[in-house]
Amino acid sequence: MNDRLTGKQISLETRDLSISYGDKQVVHQVSLKIPSHQVTAVIGPSGCGKSTLLRTFNRMNDFIPNFSMAGEIIFQGRNIYGSYSDPGTIRQKIGMVFQRPNPFPKSIYKNIIWGPKINGYSGNLQDLAEDALKRAALWDEVKDRLNDSALRLSGGQQQRLCIARAIAMNPEVILMDEPCSALDPSATARIEDLIQELRNNYTIVIVTHNMQQAGRISDETAFLYEGHLVEYGATKKIFTQPEEKRTEDYITGRFG
Amino acid sequence: MNRPQRKRKEKLFIWTCRIATWTAVAVLFILLFHVMREGIEWLDFQFLDSFPSRKPERAGLKSALWGSVWLIGLTAMISVPLSIGSALYLEEYAPQNRWTRIVEINLANLAGMPSILYGLLGLAVFVRYFGLESSLWSGSLTLSLLVLPVVVIAAKGAIRSVPQSIREGAYALGARRWQVVFHHVLPSALPGIMTGVILALSRAMGESAPLIMVGALSYIAFLPEGPSDPFTALPVQIYNWAARPQDDFHGLAAGGIIVLLVLLLTLNAGAVFIRNKLQRYKS
Amino acid sequence: MFSRSIDHAVHLVLVLCVIITILTTVIVVGLLGKESFLFFQQVPVWDFLFGTRWEPLLEPKSFGVLPLVVGTLKIVFGSIAIALPLGLMIATYLSEFASTRFRSIIKPVLEVLAGIPTVVYGYFALTFVTPILRTLFPDTQIFNAASAAIVVGIMILPMISSLCDDAFQSLPNSLREGAYALGATQFEVAVQVILPSAAARVGAAVILALSRAIGETMAVTLAAGATPQMSLGFLESIQTMTAYIVQVSLGDIPAGGIEYQTCYAVGLLLFLMTFVMNVIGNHFINQSRKIHQ
Repeated sequence: MNDRLTGKQISLETRDLSISYGDKQVVHQVSLKIPSHQVTAVIGPSGCGKSTLLRTFNRMNDFIPNFSMAGEIIFQGRNIYGSYSDPGTIRQKIGMVFQRPNPFPKSIYKNIIWGPKINGYSGNLQDLAEDALKRAALWDEVKDRLNDSALRLSGGQQQRLCIARAIAMNPEVILMDEPCSALDPSATARIEDLIQELRNNYTIVIVTHNMQQAGRISDETAFLYEGHLVEYGATKKIFTQPEEKRTEDYITGRFG
Repeated sequence: MNRPQRKRKEKLFIWTCRIATWTAVAVLFILLFHVMREGIEWLDFQFLDSFPSRKPERAGLKSALWGSVWLIGLTAMISVPLSIGSALYLEEYAPQNRWTRIVEINLANLAGMPSILYGLLGLAVFVRYFGLESSLWSGSLTLSLLVLPVVVIAAKGAIRSVPQSIREGAYALGARRWQVVFHHVLPSALPGIMTGVILALSRAMGESAPLIMVGALSYIAFLPEGPSDPFTALPVQIYNWAARPQDDFHGLAAGGIIVLLVLLLTLNAGAVFIRNKLQRYKS
Repeated sequence: MFSRSIDHAVHLVLVLCVIITILTTVIVVGLLGKESFLFFQQVPVWDFLFGTRWEPLLEPKSFGVLPLVVGTLKIVFGSIAIALPLGLMIATYLSEFASTRFRSIIKPVLEVLAGIPTVVYGYFALTFVTPILRTLFPDTQIFNAASAAIVVGIMILPMISSLCDDAFQSLPNSLREGAYALGATQFEVAVQVILPSAAARVGAAVILALSRAIGETMAVTLAAGATPQMSLGFLESIQTMTAYIVQVSLGDIPAGGIEYQTCYAVGLLLFLMTFVMNVIGNHFINQSRKIHQ
């Protein structure tokens, strides 16, 4: 499974990663390598642990009181849990877009520049904002109203704003937790196109319960079932010639 | 019982409830009307500009008015930062365990404690133990203690209602807790907090029992020049006039009441105005 | 890192804020306790709680607190007798029958009623209610319990109506729909379904309102008088616990004397009564909130 990735650059890697909430283990010894500048999708039925897995990558699970993990997550040569005493440092390099758009109740401009500002960005903020909005395919729609409240944008625009906000931090990896599930089909299509462009500059890991979406936009797909990594491979192969029966059953809609 | 009888009962019941509601409204208007009628003749500039006097025609509100202004200013300065700070700690920093539960119960009880007990507290602690005598310090510290639990509870509610997704978005950008709290949570909660603050200060402005306990005198013929000076306040002055047997003094009391109510109205209108302004980014 | 230490500093400052808040309760209890302790060294607790003559200032002195308690209870029961039925009816009307527009007009009116300072109500009692009472019942004294009770009733009315309204509103609509679907009239739904289902919160509202009435000071000081006595009449002058404390502080009482200590003993009794009621009342409200969420 990992052979085809040798030679490719790897952004994130998990080694025997297990995650528990108190006594309940939700992720079992997952080992996977996320290649750079690719879109990796994590799919699986509800409750299989995919969001939990994703949130471990930027240590958002730290906020949950009885969270514990075993194994390693390697990023830029170091274990995320362990060698980084301050999770905030990780989050500057591994950004996240959430299921429901969550812009701050501030202006569009302030939404974009807040992250870089508090992290000590010393360059020109306006250029930074313009760049981020262009990369998120939102610039043309908002360039004349940067001081308007972000909450006035439509759902799809808000989500692209959240993507721009993450991009403004110049991360290496962008994690997306079912980013289109709260959006209508046309907004979804726009974001899917955007994700395809973003992979040129960023590594994308996207959790989705929408299989067709995974099939459309991702290069690699990991199938998780009840916390176990069942199969992981090139998207084309997973969807046409899966090796595991459970994968095939899920893909063909027999459960989930 | 048959249907028409039940329907008649229903009609009677609804009408009784309706009348009860109108009665409450009527009571308010009767009260306001009565106060206006008794007090309006005493309202003139001289009334606002004179000091209390034994002669009703010469008596005025000046010292009481300024005393109240001083009091509310000092009380706000002391209690607002303290209460917002406490609320932020309890909601954003403190782990939710047995101790925070105890603090919450504590706060709810303090908020319901009769104001005269705060007066006793102020008397013993500020006037006697700290030796602040019957000064504006004693008065405003006592009122601050009274106002504190109420504002903390209101602020906690406002902070709690800030959606968790905003905090998550901020943390995901690498922010530290104090940045999330002060850049996002507090601004979002501010309209609700401000409303709570203004309501609490309104209540403080109308309090007389604790101030009487602490020694707010009613025969002050000068304006306070600093927080260590003796003082009086509107409600105390009103009480003193109302407690006298002569009708003229009752009229003065009514005049004082009108001034107090106008001040309270302004304060609350200001609150609504500020809240609407702060809501700009929230639609 | 700089940012790190800001986090710690902020944490510390905020903890201090909370400590001050907690300190208040501790000091209140400690203070009342200490002065009362000194008082009870001179006056046996039994005599205090069950004595029927309260004369702490003039000879022959007597320290039985019951007259003050009776005075307070007259006000409390009188005011609840007015506020409870009215408050329930208003809450029922607002919650079950009134249009949204009507609600949005009446609710602010009730808030205004609640926001009027107590001295104003005391003035109103003395100059409006008492004269009316004296016309209707010529034996009424100028200072009397009824006047104060009526006015305190008006003061706690908004509290009862808004707490009960919240309680009714928090009940799920499915409850009402089930009853209507069986052909019940609105009266029957309100009285036989809504009210019983919200009983815990209504009870809590009553308890909290009672606590408020017990602690009411200025209105009773102005209108009810300064005569501690044990009779059950409403048209005579009485004295409540709160009014007594005000009376003492208006006079020249030397610190440390037994008269000074009576304030604290009465204050302790007041504190215990309102504390217990607040704890019970708040407990019931929190319980029902958890159930209906």
